[in-house]
Amino acid sequence: MVKAGPPAMLLEVVGLSSHYGRIQALRGIDLAVAEGELLALVGGNGAGKTTLLRAISGVQPASAGTVRFAGEDISRASAAERVRRGIAQVPEGRQVFGPLSVEDNLALGAYTRPKAEIAAGLERTYAMFPVLKEKRRQAAGTLSGGQQQMLAIGRALMAQPRLLLLDEPSMGLAPLLVADIFRAIEGLKRAGVTIFLVEQNAHAALSIADRGYVLETGRIVLQDKGPALLANERVKQAYLGI
Amino acid sequence: MSEFLQFLFSGIGNGAIYALVGLGFAIIYNASHVINFAQGEFVMIGGMATVSLIAGGIVPVWLAMPVAVAVAGGIGMALEKFAVEPAALRRGGGASVVGLIIITIGASIFIRGAVEVWLGKDFHRLPPFSGSEAIDIAGAKLDPQILWVLGGLAAVVAGLKWFFERTRFGKAMLAASHNRLAAQLVGIDIRRVLLASFGLSAALGALAGILTAPITLTKYDIGIMLGLKGFCAAILGGLGSGFGAVLGGLALGLAEAMAAGYISSAYKDAVAFVIIVVVLILMPGGLFGAKSSERV
Repeated sequence: MVKAGPPAMLLEVVGLSSHYGRIQALRGIDLAVAEGELLALVGGNGAGKTTLLRAISGVQPASAGTVRFAGEDISRASAAERVRRGIAQVPEGRQVFGPLSVEDNLALGAYTRPKAEIAAGLERTYAMFPVLKEKRRQAAGTLSGGQQQMLAIGRALMAQPRLLLLDEPSMGLAPLLVADIFRAIEGLKRAGVTIFLVEQNAHAALSIADRGYVLETGRIVLQDKGPALLANERVKQAYLGI
Repeated sequence: MSEFLQFLFSGIGNGAIYALVGLGFAIIYNASHVINFAQGEFVMIGGMATVSLIAGGIVPVWLAMPVAVAVAGGIGMALEKFAVEPAALRRGGGASVVGLIIITIGASIFIRGAVEVWLGKDFHRLPPFSGSEAIDIAGAKLDPQILWVLGGLAAVVAGLKWFFERTRFGKAMLAASHNRLAAQLVGIDIRRVLLASFGLSAALGALAGILTAPITLTKYDIGIMLGLKGFCAAILGGLGSGFGAVLGGLALGLAEAMAAGYISSAYKDAVAFVIIVVVLILMPGGLFGAKSSERV
């Protein structure tokens, strides 16, 4: 294949495998995310979606394969180093620091950034999620599920990431809140953030995605443009219940 | 009345030491969920190192204490770096918490043995910081060294409060103790958190050992009992709660002193362990154990 110009891929994953003990969770994943793109990865429970994101963030060891970010091999980089390079993740189940205040949670999101950036980052986050400003002195654990999701997204954005990994942001939220969260994700894309969105909610994810991948038992089985995947018979049957 | 006051002074003095040791347990437990059974050895190292530094004329007297605290902190970090971390963060699944606890027990035996061989089995004494003239209060004698112990405890509590509430790295340590995965995902280096927790705990233990050495003397094996008492203080207050460890330590010291005074001094050490059994049965979370307020 001949490509015009240099590859504009921000994230390239080649042949990535990962194991939990003897159980193989990822079997040679190949995927790429272009700069500015909103990529969705859908798949059922246990397909390996969370494992993949954790391996990209460096908190789950890979047993084979490489991860390249902005053209550099980061396969051996620590989790902290990957955050410094610009990969931030909103983990599954939000994982806010419950007893710490909302503002402390956000400030810790900027842990890899100079302290001087924190104030401006807080301003931006509060403009995006005004409810967080109202509750900034409260313990994060006392927020509702939707508010915690906003906090988790805000915390990841405090790192000024070039690539935002979102793991099941709609999980456990009421439909109205899911719509709010997806509006926020679309807003981030318009603002130029490259987003890798992992979802069980295939319809919502593929509707806003430029491209999508389908993951089944640790393998990528389909990939296409978002709308095309939405229309794909196999996807419809397996994930959209149509 | 003067008798009661006498027991009160002695109880608070010992309790403050238990509190300092208990704080060390709490800090390491928060960072790693490991009970560091070498904590008592750092108390011993603090006293023994200060005595040796002064006796050997290696550093001036005023510098001996901070150097001893630093030495203990360094040994604590070495314990983490070379024994705990390789086991805990091994690629492909680290050792269990129980495995790590056993490593700390091994380390405590090693440290105790090394000090015994190197510095001998004798008791050593540090001169009191501000004379040995007891202060007379309503007929009871207050050893001025107890005021140093209490002052040391107050300074440590204030310092830790500042560190964990005001500094970025302190907050990062707190965050890592609440949610290690999320801490790693915001870029907090867990290795540094573990290293700092062991260094800080060892330094606190050493400080306790130095402050108490003029009262109780020091010897290669005093760490066993002080470590266990500090552990009881931490459990009594609720493992992982710094505030709880301080109150647990003071309560334990008072209970011991009253039991020794009004019942029999033969039962002094038994008090701590009876309390621990009762607490573990009736309120396993301790007096100030972590109350979960997560919403999902």
